[in-house]
Amino acid sequence: MTLGNDNILTATAVSRRGLLGGRLRRASIIGWLFTLPALGMYAAFVLIPLLLSIYYSFFKWDGIGPMTWVGLRNYVTVFKVPDLLGTIYNAFRLVLWFSLIPVGLGLVVASVIHRVAPGRFGALVRTVVFLPQVIPLVAAGIIWGWLLALPGLVNQILRSIGLGAITRAWLGDFDWALPAVGMIGVWVLLGFCTVLLLTGISKIDPALYEAARIDGASWFQEFIHVTVPLLKQEIGVCLTVTVINALAAFDIVYVATGGGPGNSTAVPGIQIYILAFTEQRIGLASALAVMLMLLVFIVILPIQRLTRETA
Amino acid sequence: MRLGRVELWTGRLFLIALMAFTILPFVSIFTTALHPSHTMPNGLEWPKEPQWGNFIEAFKVANMTKLLVSSTFIVLAVVPISLVISTMAGFAIGLLKIPGSRFLLLLFVFGLTLPLGGIIVPIYHLERALGIYNTRLAIVLPLIGLYMPFAVFWMRAHFVNMPSEISEAALVDGATTWDLFWNIHLPLARAPITSLGTLLSVWTWNQFLLALVLVEDPSQRTMAGALGAFQGHYATDIPLLCAGTILVLLPTLIIFVIFQRHIIEALIQGAVKG
Repeated sequence: MTLGNDNILTATAVSRRGLLGGRLRRASIIGWLFTLPALGMYAAFVLIPLLLSIYYSFFKWDGIGPMTWVGLRNYVTVFKVPDLLGTIYNAFRLVLWFSLIPVGLGLVVASVIHRVAPGRFGALVRTVVFLPQVIPLVAAGIIWGWLLALPGLVNQILRSIGLGAITRAWLGDFDWALPAVGMIGVWVLLGFCTVLLLTGISKIDPALYEAARIDGASWFQEFIHVTVPLLKQEIGVCLTVTVINALAAFDIVYVATGGGPGNSTAVPGIQIYILAFTEQRIGLASALAVMLMLLVFIVILPIQRLTRETA
Repeated sequence: MRLGRVELWTGRLFLIALMAFTILPFVSIFTTALHPSHTMPNGLEWPKEPQWGNFIEAFKVANMTKLLVSSTFIVLAVVPISLVISTMAGFAIGLLKIPGSRFLLLLFVFGLTLPLGGIIVPIYHLERALGIYNTRLAIVLPLIGLYMPFAVFWMRAHFVNMPSEISEAALVDGATTWDLFWNIHLPLARAPITSLGTLLSVWTWNQFLLALVLVEDPSQRTMAGALGAFQGHYATDIPLLCAGTILVLLPTLIIFVIFQRHIIEALIQGAVKG
C-alpha cells in the first residue's frame, strides 16, 4: 500500500512539472514585456547617451553648428594638453582619499567596534558615522568649505593646540587643496565602509574570534589573521564603490573648490562640465568622458577579479 | 574572554574621537548659523544673542516653499515609477527567469559602473531635442533611467531568493503571470520595496549634477541643486549660507533616523549583492 501511494505521488509530481513547463514558457514571453519599461528608460537615458558620448568624441562640435569629423584628434588633445591629462592624475590622487583611506580606516573602526563595543554603544557609533552618507554631497561641500576656511573650525583647533603656524585657507592653497577635498571624501565615505565591513564581520563565525582570544591574540593579531582575510569580499565591494566615487567625483569638488586654485583640484567630471557647458567644446568633453568611463572600468575589473575568485 | 581594561578604554576613546570627527562639522555650521548675518564668527563659537531668525530669513530668500513643492514633485514622480518598473523587471529576471535573463542582468549591472559625468553631455543634447530641457521632466526622466541598474539589481536579488513553491502553487490554481506578480509577489516584496523607495527618495532629493545642467531656474530643481545656486548667491554671508544648508540637509537626517534600518540595508546589501 505504501509503495502504491508513493507511485501516485511521483506521477502527480511529474505531470505537474509538465503542466508548469508549458505555462512557464508562456509566462516567459509575458515576462519579457515585464522588463520592457525598465529596459526602455535605461536605454533611453543611459545606454543611448553612452553611445552618443562615443559618437560625439570623434567630432569637433560647438553644440549648435555643424559637426566636423576629426577622427581621434580629440583623444590626442586630451593626452597632449597637460591641464586635461592632469585631471586624470588628480582623479587617481583622489582615490587615495576617497577609497584607500576610508576602506583602511573603516576596517580598523569596524574591528574596534566588534572587539570593544559589541552592544548599544557600538550601534550608536555605527549610526553616527553613517550620518554624512545621507546628506547631499553639496551640503558636505559647503560645510567643509566653511570648516576649512581661514576662521573655520579646523584652523581654530590647530591654533588651540599650538599649531597656529600651519593654519591657512586650506581649499585655496595649491598644495593643500586636493588633500583638503580628500578629507571631505573621508568624512562622507568612512561611515559607508565601516557599516558594510561591520556587517561582514558579523557573518564571520564567532568561534574563530573566541579561539583567537583564548589563545590570547591581541587586537592587532586578530585584525591581521582573522578579520582582514575573511573580509576579502566585503573589502572588494568597498573598494569598488569608493573607487567609482573617487574617479566620478563632481559635487564635492564643484562646491568646495570648483577645480581650483589653478587646476590643482580639477577632476574629469569638473573638466567635462567646463568644456561642454562653458567652452562649448562638445567633442573634446566627450572624448574625456569616454576616457573617464573606460578608466573606471579598467580600475574596477582587477578589483573584482582579485576579491571575487575565492569568495 | 574578557579584554584588558587599557585596551577597552583605548578602543572606546578611539570611537568617541571618531564620533566627534563626524559630528563636529554639523555643530560648527549650527552655531555659525546663529550668528548675525554677514558676520564672520569662529568655527565653533556660541553667539551672544542667537539669531534664530536666520533660519526664517534663509527660508525666505531661498524661496523654500517653492523649492519644497518642486523637490516633492520630483520625488513623487521619480520614486513610484522607478519602484514599479524595476520591481516588474526584477520579478521577470529573478523569478520568471525569462530566456536571456543573465544577459539582461549583466546589462543592468554594467550601468552601475557608469559615472554620470560620462553621459551628462548627451543627456543635455537629447533633452534639447526632445523639448524637455529646463522643465522638471528634464530631471525626472533621466533619474528614472539612471536608477534602473541599482533598482532592478536590488529587486532581482529579492525575487531570486523566493521559494518556487509559492509560484507553482499559484500557477496550478490557474493564476496568470500578472496575478502572480500583482496579488502574490508584490505584497511579499513590501520590505525590499520600502528600503529601495527610501533610498531613491534621498538620492533624488540630493541629486545635484542633473539639476545643475538641465534646469536653469533653481526653483524648479531638486533641493541639492537649489542649494548649489544658493551657495553661489550667498557665498559671502556665511551665517545665512549655514542656515540654508541646515534647512536642506535636515530632512535627509530626519528620514535617515526614521528609516535607518531600511536605508542601511538597501545601501549595504545592495552593494554586497553587487
